[in-house]
Amino acid sequence: MSSFSVTEPSSRTKWFAGTLVVLYAVITMIPLVWIALTGFKSPADAISYPPKYLIGGDSDTSFTPTLEGYVNLFTTRTRQTPEFLDANPPETWADEIVRQYDMVIVGPSKFGERFLNSVIIGFGSTFLSVFLGTLAAYAFSRFKIPLADDLLFFILSTRMMPPIAVAIPIFLMYRQLGLSDTHLGMILLYTGVNISLAVWLLKSFIDGIPTEYEEAALIDGYTRFQAFYKVVLPQAATGIASTAIFCLIFAWNEYAFAVLLTTANAQTAPPFIPTIIGVGGLDWPAIAAGVTIFLLPVMIFTILLRKHLLRGITFGAVRK
Amino acid sequence: MSYRTIDRGAAATPEPVARKIRGLSDRAIAWIFVAPTIFLLLAINIFPLIWTIRLSFTNYKANRINREPEWIGLRNYERILTDSDIWLNMQATAHFLIWTIFFQVLIGFALAWLINKKFKGNDLWTTIIVLPMMLSPAVVGNFWKFLYQPQIGLFNYIIAFFTGKEPSSFEMLGQVNLAPWSIVIVDTWMWTPFVMLICLAGLRSIPDYIYEAAEVDRASKLRQFFTITVPMVLPFLMLAVLFRGIENFKMFDLVVQLTGGGPGSTTELTSINLKREAFEKWRTGYASAYAIILFVTVFGLASIYVKALNKVKER
Repeated sequence: MSSFSVTEPSSRTKWFAGTLVVLYAVITMIPLVWIALTGFKSPADAISYPPKYLIGGDSDTSFTPTLEGYVNLFTTRTRQTPEFLDANPPETWADEIVRQYDMVIVGPSKFGERFLNSVIIGFGSTFLSVFLGTLAAYAFSRFKIPLADDLLFFILSTRMMPPIAVAIPIFLMYRQLGLSDTHLGMILLYTGVNISLAVWLLKSFIDGIPTEYEEAALIDGYTRFQAFYKVVLPQAATGIASTAIFCLIFAWNEYAFAVLLTTANAQTAPPFIPTIIGVGGLDWPAIAAGVTIFLLPVMIFTILLRKHLLRGITFGAVRK
Repeated sequence: MSYRTIDRGAAATPEPVARKIRGLSDRAIAWIFVAPTIFLLLAINIFPLIWTIRLSFTNYKANRINREPEWIGLRNYERILTDSDIWLNMQATAHFLIWTIFFQVLIGFALAWLINKKFKGNDLWTTIIVLPMMLSPAVVGNFWKFLYQPQIGLFNYIIAFFTGKEPSSFEMLGQVNLAPWSIVIVDTWMWTPFVMLICLAGLRSIPDYIYEAAEVDRASKLRQFFTITVPMVLPFLMLAVLFRGIENFKMFDLVVQLTGGGPGSTTELTSINLKREAFEKWRTGYASAYAIILFVTVFGLASIYVKALNKVKER
């Protein structure tokens, strides 16, 4: 062995540490796995005791997977008379599923719409925050702007206010401007909330790009604006991407503003999912299906972009 | 002299000239770039704050648009500060805050320390551990409610399995003595990874040579832990506590979905109470004063804390 390092843990230590961490990871995943499983159960299986955790088989801890939860999530159904059911045989597999409860599908549920709202508002506000944030961050980084740091810090500190407190005047303001329950209103609101952090993060990225490059470009006859988008932007791409991820996750997950300021037209998925009601109470498989569909994009995103994301979290925190 | 310095020297002189010749002046660019952001910040952050302060001195009710609000001075503040129910909400918030931070620091630091042992595949497992904190708190609260169901929930089943109690003999969300802990458990599940990540950044910032020097001095591993690892990670840890503290002080979505403030008002954190006052009882003026008091409290506590943090950093 050529280089012995005292800081390299022994293989026994590594094995021990690894086992404990894996154990924690497995325990922490149980709730998520459970919800994913519940989405594929029938309402009766979802609330049975003892809990059914095996897929297939006949024991009392196993269940047969079904798409009932997903069908219930995406459709609205009504009960029908036996005569009607006899006259109209089921046409699709989804019809078959609801037919066992003497029901027929009468149309789509609101979930699709709410999910689409989440996508529109999430991406809209992310685009706007990053676009405006990059411009402002560049200006704050390269030009002397009076009181820039104090201003930014004060604005960041308004994020210490509970969202409900901010929602009171926003509610009144939007009511007067006609922005209540509109996509535009929610996009502007989320942008306003995100932008202070976006500018803060992006400024530290742009500060790290040497000014020599732009100066060279300016000498070559570029305008300041050309130098900005041809020279600075490409170099800030990583920073822009990780800032965008943060803005998107915030807007995607936000609940307090959404529940207070939207009712129908622009309501996003988080306030909608808990209200899914089935026959005789909450329809847990449908809720679980909705939760799974809503959380899956963020989870896939996190795993794919883990390098940027994990660095961003600590970076954002450690900079301040 | 390197070519880089020559380059910089050359750039310094003609740069203002280049600026004048082509395109907008720097001043104009600066304003164009900053103006939309400033406008949005004023509209969404500053203006509402000022409006809230103004409303807090009135008896305005947002559901009665036609009634002219009356100026009632500090009466809202007086009523809030002397209301014993609000102190109960504050206590519930303090319980939540203290215990979530306690568990998250304990488990988060331990995990970071273990992950920093650089075992094979630690990247993958870190990512898996981090997943809960990326999720929507309201949705998390919603599905934990399902796990906490007394007869059918998985949580009760697992606890019953290990303790031999009847799974229907306790209700995490329905019992006054258990409900405050139910929200602590979910928040800890969700946010421990955040503390872990920041601690990990701290641990990785410690240069190896310090440990090597300690090893040369024959300091024991335990001693190294307490004289090198802990003090070096402390500023990071304190930062994590600050962030979690601020976030949990304004906690709303997770708890409102999980318990809705109940049973009774045992888990009615200040934000939930504030929502009741503002959007159910429509006491807008009163709620505004409440909001300002909360803001000043967090801001004050955070400022004191940051001072302490800077002292630790200087050491």
